[in-house]
Amino acid sequence: MKILVCISNVPDTTTKVKFKEGDSLFDDSGVQWIINPWDELALTRAMELKEDAGNSVNEICVIHVGGASADATLRKALAIGADKAVRIDACPADAYHVAGQIAEYLKENPFDIIFSGIESSDYNGSSVGAMIAEFMDYPGISSVTSVNLDDDDIQVNRAIPGGKQVIKTETPFVAVVQKGIANEPRIPSMRGIMMARKKPLEVKPAAELEVLTESIKFELPQEKGACKMIDSESTEQLVDLLKNEAKVL
Amino acid sequence: MSVIAFAKNWNGKFKNSTFELVSYTKALANQLNTNMVVLSIGEVAEEELKLLGNYGADKVLTVSDPQLNTLTSRAYADIVAKAADSVGAEVIVLSDNNSGKAIAPRVSVKLKAGLVAAVQELPVSLEPFVVKKRVFSGKAFGHVQIKSDKKILTIAKNCFGLVKNPCDITIEEFAVDIDTNLFKVKIVEEEEQKDKVILSDADVVVSAGRGMRSPENWAPVEELAEVLGAATACSRPVSDEGWRGHEEHVGQTGKVIAPNLYIAAGISGAIQHVAGISRSKCIVAINTDPEAPIFSVADYGIVGDVMDVLPRLTEAFRNSKS
Ligand SMILES: Cc1cc2nc3c(=O)[nH]c(=O)nc-3n(C[C@H](O)[C@H](O)[C@H](O)COP(=O)(O)OP(=O)(O)OC[C@H]3O[C@@H](n4cnc5c(N)ncnc54)[C@H](O)[C@@H]3O)c2cc1C
Repeated sequence: MKILVCISNVPDTTTKVKFKEGDSLFDDSGVQWIINPWDELALTRAMELKEDAGNSVNEICVIHVGGASADATLRKALAIGADKAVRIDACPADAYHVAGQIAEYLKENPFDIIFSGIESSDYNGSSVGAMIAEFMDYPGISSVTSVNLDDDDIQVNRAIPGGKQVIKTETPFVAVVQKGIANEPRIPSMRGIMMARKKPLEVKPAAELEVLTESIKFELPQEKGACKMIDSESTEQLVDLLKNEAKVL
Repeated sequence: MSVIAFAKNWNGKFKNSTFELVSYTKALANQLNTNMVVLSIGEVAEEELKLLGNYGADKVLTVSDPQLNTLTSRAYADIVAKAADSVGAEVIVLSDNNSGKAIAPRVSVKLKAGLVAAVQELPVSLEPFVVKKRVFSGKAFGHVQIKSDKKILTIAKNCFGLVKNPCDITIEEFAVDIDTNLFKVKIVEEEEQKDKVILSDADVVVSAGRGMRSPENWAPVEELAEVLGAATACSRPVSDEGWRGHEEHVGQTGKVIAPNLYIAAGISGAIQHVAGISRSKCIVAINTDPEAPIFSVADYGIVGDVMDVLPRLTEAFRNSKS
């Protein structure tokens, strides 16, 4: 069985975001790039499935749509343990474009399980995984919190409001994963980093595809007013303020 | 031309977020000078469907096949796309929740319609069609232009509110062939806690962090939540340590919520935590450290020990009720 993990290359979560060219572009100067946190967890779960000898997983490939600046992030995914990385050399203009590029790759290179994160922490589009499923006409499962394999029998847990569903699916399918899919993301080991240098990182040309949406301008949220401090003895005063000033009760 | 909203139900019932969706879509239809159609999938009683009329819906299409009582994103997307085509919809609006996230991207591919997720308000402009959404996990807003003729929006919870607008409503069955090939995933088991307030729906949330020091100390958090009819939540390390379940984790890598009131007890307010709560209308922080970053995003703060302040706050809320 082969697993494909979609990787988004995003600014470190502590980045102070800035914009340039009249607030029309994200200013990436000095930004540290990381694997999108959910994609990192998806990769970790894929590794666990491969390592468990009871499963038939024999290849994990990571895929990214974007420019060469993401190669360091892909090398990190290889160091964590992916067998192979693919970068589609296209500008990741919007979710439709990214998913379409990945679908084009899948048509030539089939996989059994495709993992995608619930959202990318930069543009928060939360659409790529489900779009891939639609482009490929595959079943897709959203809000996935666990994936288990027993030979070729696949069991997936999906979070629903206040509970969960246990789902069986056939392959190929797309799992859009969230918190719970793996406990802690893996950190590359020294050996992993050495091995990653020899693993393949293929660069593929972009397919001709439309772009349906475009970010044209950014703005920063309004500054929040000062916090009103209340004495720890005066909890009644807080209740009164919440009722009569903030009017949230 | 028209606009269409997909009104999801949960076991035959709508939620406030559904009524917010209808309120938003009605306002959008007015802005575009056109009419709105609401689509419901699965069995919903007529009485419940009529509630949509309170928020401006005058026409509801329903596909009341019992096969569709549980969400199958492929089949739902197929029906949403067909209904949108049949009414000549220019804009399709869904809620930004689990089901919206599963369906909207599929409809986008089917109709080649540009999708913007988690929109915050009515379009900033119609020509070109530009909407505003939260980006970089709440650190900024982006203005996104949709270039395709057909457009899809999912709207963020609590971004618009409920707008009463009583209408005479007509309910029509929408005849559509349901492709059974689209039911390839099988739900073999389902668990649902019926007695707990659901975090993503809650108006009030009581959340606690590592400052609680041990999982045995959660009683004051639960008692406060009970008095307020609130949902409970936690910071990431608390769920990572297994002190609380994953479903309670809020923040950048957990749930993004937008309650009216968020009470953060013993939470430092790390940027990744704030990413999940910054859309709350009002934030209250309780922390022993007056320098804790949570106070820079809170509206009201108390410097003090959670084990001491929480019970006192519970008492104060209880007294204010009686
Ligand atoms: C990629 C990434 C993603 C992340 N995503 C998330 C996320 O989604 N959600 C999230 O929450 N975190 C996330 N984090 C972790 C985040 O950076 C913080 O580590 C975390 O939020 C801290 O949790 P905390 O506030 O409970 O604990 P701490 O930071 O340890 O803070 C505990 C607070 O409690 C106070 N305190 C201690 N004792 C008491 C007492 N008796 N009474 C009152 N106050 C007390 C302390 O003053 C302190 O402010 C992420 C980190 C990374 C790197």
